[in-house]
Amino acid sequence: MAVRASSKDRRGMRARRLVGSVLATGWFVFLSLVVFFPIFAGAVASFRPGVELIRRGLSVNLDVSTMNLNNYNYLFSGNADSRKYWMWFRNSMYLTIVTVVLTLLICYFVAYGITMYEFRLKRVLFFLVIATMMVPFEILMLPLYREIISMRLINTTAGVILPGLCGASTIFFFHQYMSSLPRELLDAGRIDGANEYRICVGIMLPITKPAFSAMAILCAMGAWNNMLWPLLIYRSADRFTLTIGLNTLLTPYGNNYDMLIAGSMLAILPILAVFLLFQRYIIDGMTAGAVKG
Amino acid sequence: MKFKKFLYSQKTAPYVFALPFILSFVIFWIYPLISAIVMSFQDIGAVTADWVGLKNYAKLLKDNVFHTAVINSFEYMLFTCALLIPFPMLFAVLMDSNIVKAKGVWKAMLYVPALTSVVISGTLFRLMFSEYRTGQMNVVLSILGMAPVKWLKIKWTSEIALLLLCCWRWTGVNMLYFLSGLKSIDKELYESAEIDGASFGAKLRYITLPLLRPTTIYVLTISIYAGLAMFLESFMLWAGNSSPHNIGLTIVGYLYKRGIEKNDMGYACAVGVVLMVLGLAINFVQLGLNGSFQKEDR
Repeated sequence: MAVRASSKDRRGMRARRLVGSVLATGWFVFLSLVVFFPIFAGAVASFRPGVELIRRGLSVNLDVSTMNLNNYNYLFSGNADSRKYWMWFRNSMYLTIVTVVLTLLICYFVAYGITMYEFRLKRVLFFLVIATMMVPFEILMLPLYREIISMRLINTTAGVILPGLCGASTIFFFHQYMSSLPRELLDAGRIDGANEYRICVGIMLPITKPAFSAMAILCAMGAWNNMLWPLLIYRSADRFTLTIGLNTLLTPYGNNYDMLIAGSMLAILPILAVFLLFQRYIIDGMTAGAVKG
Repeated sequence: MKFKKFLYSQKTAPYVFALPFILSFVIFWIYPLISAIVMSFQDIGAVTADWVGLKNYAKLLKDNVFHTAVINSFEYMLFTCALLIPFPMLFAVLMDSNIVKAKGVWKAMLYVPALTSVVISGTLFRLMFSEYRTGQMNVVLSILGMAPVKWLKIKWTSEIALLLLCCWRWTGVNMLYFLSGLKSIDKELYESAEIDGASFGAKLRYITLPLLRPTTIYVLTISIYAGLAMFLESFMLWAGNSSPHNIGLTIVGYLYKRGIEKNDMGYACAVGVVLMVLGLAINFVQLGLNGSFQKEDR
């Protein structure tokens, strides 16, 4: 009797688990659909004249017969507008690549110094890194803007990149990652006659690669989508990035919405591709900040 | 030769490595921070900067537009904290349990909004919340049998649009924070609790929540700053820095309006200093209440 009851119990439990699993998975399916909806609506709208967006707002209309590729043909037509768009695209690419490479290298060196050595200012420096996270960038924005002007870096990529080069969260992440690496490697390197800098680049950098991947993607996302600061620094139209360029299309009367909607959809693609390739590193990258609290 | 030896010594090396940070800290953090405070006591013209004492702050006290901006930012911060902490945490707990299938897909999907720049997402939301009958949100209302709404012209409906935009962008990100926090919880704790016959609710309350605390405090701290300093979302939702009756104006929006659009840097810096004091004060109180300072003393 007892045996039968327990097998019935078990079957009941399995059924409950199945229902739970279906419900929980179903909830995330629903949530994903809701989250994906605005992008889907934008993608559908990009196959219709942009003027409809001004006249009707955005809603999903799946009538394929009224869709066409005109907006995309326009973007690839090679006319003045399309050349402008691809210039923004190139500028964004350039800014992103330069930002990622420089930020990662410099933050790696800084974190290496703070993590791998015992020295008098170690704790002070570490505290200062954390302190910079405690003041939102927007407060420093105006004095920084004046500073960049007086340094004659206005309208230059250096002016856009330099203030953010030593990103506290990036340094912090490298620090977290390197804390778990064996310091005996340094001594081994020293015994082999390598100097401090050679050890840092030749021995430690290769084994820090996973941290580089994680930070590269977060850093790339930030640079690709950065808007406020480049908006202040880049003055001439030939420097505009995608975010600033698309923003200039937002005139209420213009007929630029063709380019805006198709251009916006294309602008998501590169960073989406990077994300899909490296997404497994993202969660590691984000563990960084959350560990210490 | 002597210099080279000094540069290569084990004592000098950490300072050489840390040098970029020290420079960046002095030039791009301390200096602008002090400038912001100094400028807030000045009236700044094209070439001149005159000391005006507390005049900018006295003006702020009487400036109704600034008060609107503070209230808007404050409301936004409170609502985003109330929405973007419990729900992502719940989703993370759900996803961490082994009843959800194909987790990777949903994690990636929920993260995608964070990849879109505010220009794009803000514009998409602005057009979805269009006042026309044919805008997506009014289509939804008409399905529910309600009349169309001028979403972005009314205070509370525009607040909904703004919060939806914010939740849309950050739910996936915050969920990942909580997921990474959950990863560090020892699974044996749950196993031994199960042996003791603990229910799902009891495990959540006595194991998950207390051990997620560092993550929660971290997310709360950054949410408070991000909420108070919100600007671009509102800038894009109204396609510019002006909204009817300033319903979308935030503190940073006002700072931008005064400093960049009207070139009144001194007054704008006073706005910035108030923002900084507000942010620091709220976070100090919050961190104090959460006992974060005691932990470091121990």
